[in-house]
Amino acid sequence: MRQFNYIFKRMIQMIPVLFVISLIAFFIIRLVPGDPARLMLGEKATNDAVAAIRLKYGLDRPLPIQYLKFMRGVLHFDFGNSLKFQVPVWNLIVSRLPVTLALTFLSTAISLLISIPVGYYSGTHKGGFFDRLSNIWNLTAIAMPTFWIGLMLLIFFGIVLKILPVGGIGGGFWGHLKSFILPAFTQSLMTSALLTRNIRNAVVDIISQDFVDFARSKGISEGEIKNKHILKNAMISTVTLLSMRMAYMLGGSIIIESIFALPGIGKLTIDAIFARDYTVVQAVVFIFAIVVMVINLITDVLYSILDPRVKY
Amino acid sequence: MQKLLEVIDLKTYFYAGDKIIKAVDGASFEVRRGETFGIVGESGCGKSQTCRSVLKLIRNPGKITGGRILYEGRDVVPLSNRQMRKIRGKEISAIFQEPMTSLNPIMKIRDQIYEGFKGKNMTGEQKEERAVELLRMVGIPSPKQRLNDYPHQFSGGMRQRIMIAIALGSNPKLLIADEPTTALDVTIQNQIMVLINDLKDKMGMSVILVTHDLGVIAQMCERVAVMYAGKIVEMTDTVTLFAKPRHPYTYGLMRSLPAGGGNAEKLYTIEGTIPNLAELPAGCAFAPRCQFAAEKCRRQEPKPEEAEKGHWVSCHCLNRTCGLKGLIPVLK
Repeated sequence: MRQFNYIFKRMIQMIPVLFVISLIAFFIIRLVPGDPARLMLGEKATNDAVAAIRLKYGLDRPLPIQYLKFMRGVLHFDFGNSLKFQVPVWNLIVSRLPVTLALTFLSTAISLLISIPVGYYSGTHKGGFFDRLSNIWNLTAIAMPTFWIGLMLLIFFGIVLKILPVGGIGGGFWGHLKSFILPAFTQSLMTSALLTRNIRNAVVDIISQDFVDFARSKGISEGEIKNKHILKNAMISTVTLLSMRMAYMLGGSIIIESIFALPGIGKLTIDAIFARDYTVVQAVVFIFAIVVMVINLITDVLYSILDPRVKY
Repeated sequence: MQKLLEVIDLKTYFYAGDKIIKAVDGASFEVRRGETFGIVGESGCGKSQTCRSVLKLIRNPGKITGGRILYEGRDVVPLSNRQMRKIRGKEISAIFQEPMTSLNPIMKIRDQIYEGFKGKNMTGEQKEERAVELLRMVGIPSPKQRLNDYPHQFSGGMRQRIMIAIALGSNPKLLIADEPTTALDVTIQNQIMVLINDLKDKMGMSVILVTHDLGVIAQMCERVAVMYAGKIVEMTDTVTLFAKPRHPYTYGLMRSLPAGGGNAEKLYTIEGTIPNLAELPAGCAFAPRCQFAAEKCRRQEPKPEEAEKGHWVSCHCLNRTCGLKGLIPVLK
């Protein structure tokens, strides 16, 4: 019950935040020089034609009026039509969202699959060869720019070895999976490096705590010590880091989807920005903000489940 | 009385780079059935590592490098971790110094108690019944409700009681209590000691009690070993130790106790500090601080000798009783 109250309270608190975000989302794209009508019609269009388009989409009206129109739409879950594609923004987002979500969750899964065992082993073998190797790799992965790694992987696996597709989302389950491997792996590199470091440091700290020795003195198996006593405690701080990374990866999808030509939200966003497709950009920013806030809320709830010392 | 545990020439060393820290260096003692055996000494003298060695819970980079630990006649030193698990918690249990950090903060007390029941065929109901019984035994009020609480919802004294309950969960024959009251308030200390004593009698188990508090030794133990720099320097029954200490270190420890009765005399201290366990001096480790040290003490290490029956001392001047004339037994 207390949990529901907390979630409800948090959702109420989201309202003013969303209001501020709607302002930012609306104005920031309009601050970028360039005119969607001009871009739509090309350089040779006459001023009259451009003015006609501006009139048609209400772009000639004062900004506050346009904003109110945008907000009225938001309250009805209607983000209007894309200026470029002439279809409802909502449809564009719904059709692109699965790709981005799949990319984010696959990257998260890969990060966890790598960072938990590697972080645990490094932590329990602190200072050993593997630990040092892993530290060097992590620093390298954090320091290397994502777009560069993405391109290198693309060249190596897609063009030299020709075992993975160079772009697109393929067909069928295996086709999808194959085309998601490279982008998800690229996306996960930095996250798994950060998580590995975090888990490793947490494990180093936890294994020297008395409760681990006390648990061992009860005669329980090493597997239980690892899972129930060491890893579970190590995951507390890791969950916070992971949620921050997930939000970050949503933003990072703009780069990844551009490199690997994936038809996701990121690609949609970058194309919309170039076309000054105001309606799409403001909707995407707004929805990203909601998703990030929801991830944060889930994290906080999860945190209190993982750590009983945390009270609302 | 029968021997339950016999430790023979135990050596537990820590390897830090090219240095060897001799945390326990040739300790020998025995624990008999039903007795409380005390190990007393300053911080860093190796008493905790001695206890951990018995359960083979030495942390890296430490290792038991020599000696034998006979539990009911069977040497546990060569046993694998898997084989040790049959002894840990079932035959020998331990409670640690810090009740605040010795329980998993994110695990319910219920689950932490249940972990001690592993390997026994118990239904959920039986487990709960037993857990409630254990908590009641150590004096936790309304035990049934508190099973679902987490460690942070208990005070330090209560947590120490819970640790004892967990340790006693499967009726061990030996309880190792590593400074169980050091982190607690003075008022709670006595309660815990009385509790350990009662439970020991009730369950007929033996206890190894590690402490730096001679008062606790006097109150609880039948026999005592005094440790200094990884070695047992004196071992005998408690009454003899207090009446007739033979090692200058034991003597020094006793003189450093406040006499009580409002005596405003300045408290005696043993000069100097314990030596670095990685660079022990030649000869007797206590010689640099010993007011009776002779030339021989700085050259040759004394071996444990039986001064009287059951009274072992490692000191060259053992038969001089170290000029301890005029020493008034401080306790008892």
